[in-house]
Amino acid sequence: MPDVVTLVTGTRKGIGRALAEHYVRAGHCVVGCSRTEVDWTLEGYAHHRADVADERAVKELFTEIRRKYGRLDHLINNAGVASMNHSLLTPLSTVHKVLDTNVVGTFLVSREAAKLMATNGFGRIVNLTTVALALRLEGEAIYVASKAAVLGLTQVLARELAGLGITVNAIGPVPVDTDLIGSVPKDKIERIVRQQAIPRMGTAEDIANVIDFYLRKESGFITGQHLVLGGL
Amino acid sequence: MSADLVRLIVDAVQEQCEGRGSTVAAADLGPETPLLGRAGVLDSLGLVTLVVALEQTLEDEYGVSVSLADERALSERKSPFRTIGTLADYAERLIDGARQRA
Repeated sequence: MPDVVTLVTGTRKGIGRALAEHYVRAGHCVVGCSRTEVDWTLEGYAHHRADVADERAVKELFTEIRRKYGRLDHLINNAGVASMNHSLLTPLSTVHKVLDTNVVGTFLVSREAAKLMATNGFGRIVNLTTVALALRLEGEAIYVASKAAVLGLTQVLARELAGLGITVNAIGPVPVDTDLIGSVPKDKIERIVRQQAIPRMGTAEDIANVIDFYLRKESGFITGQHLVLGGL
Repeated sequence: MSADLVRLIVDAVQEQCEGRGSTVAAADLGPETPLLGRAGVLDSLGLVTLVVALEQTLEDEYGVSVSLADERALSERKSPFRTIGTLADYAERLIDGARQRA
């Protein structure tokens, strides 16, 4: 059985892929998932096709993890979709899509992860929010609402799971050069960055650094916290 | 009510009780044993860990993945977790349903 098993959701590309690679380098046995297959492989990384908002697919993913590894130490809820649009121009189908992946997905994966973590009396769950939440960014009403829900989940799950030895924390990244912000106009990204105390784009390493801290065994007294990058 | 399911639940309840520092003899546990409430053998966190352990045991023993989560979980009148017997009946229905869907 491996010493450390880490599950990262949304690993097909961007931050999720970078985090999967980071934790493989750190010696973890990394499991990842996305709705479609990945076009990359890595020794120490196992990929599963699963939509985080699909309860049956999530349960199958955890059955596989339990049978193969018998444990789960860390969960990084990275899978997310964004919608950059004025609320008056946002169709209901987009609202459902964003809430399903970001809120329902985070809940389902956290619930199943916590069940497996509880059997070992140890676990770390890290959720990704967004700088748009701190900035109350116009044009991202549903995305911000979904991440506000993720923050609420983080804070309540932190209390519910504390007795099982599981911490739940969140990190709010600033814009990172990924597909997620691909459709956001460049001047809007620059306006966001200018509001930060440290006005630069974020990197996957900035995010991994905070997650490393949350995952440490010594961080067992830190739960329900939300750290926003860039000095906002 | 399935005797096998009752036995599985009795074992799981006994394990939970021991894990939480209280001793309950298996002979004192049966279908009528209340799980929740003042006379219950578990507190709310004990119920959570029992459900987690049972879901995994049921998957191993019966080969089906069921979710024992229920909105009535903590209702003393309607909860399927009232007694070991009601939980066995509830688990049996879920297993049958999962097998029919498979």
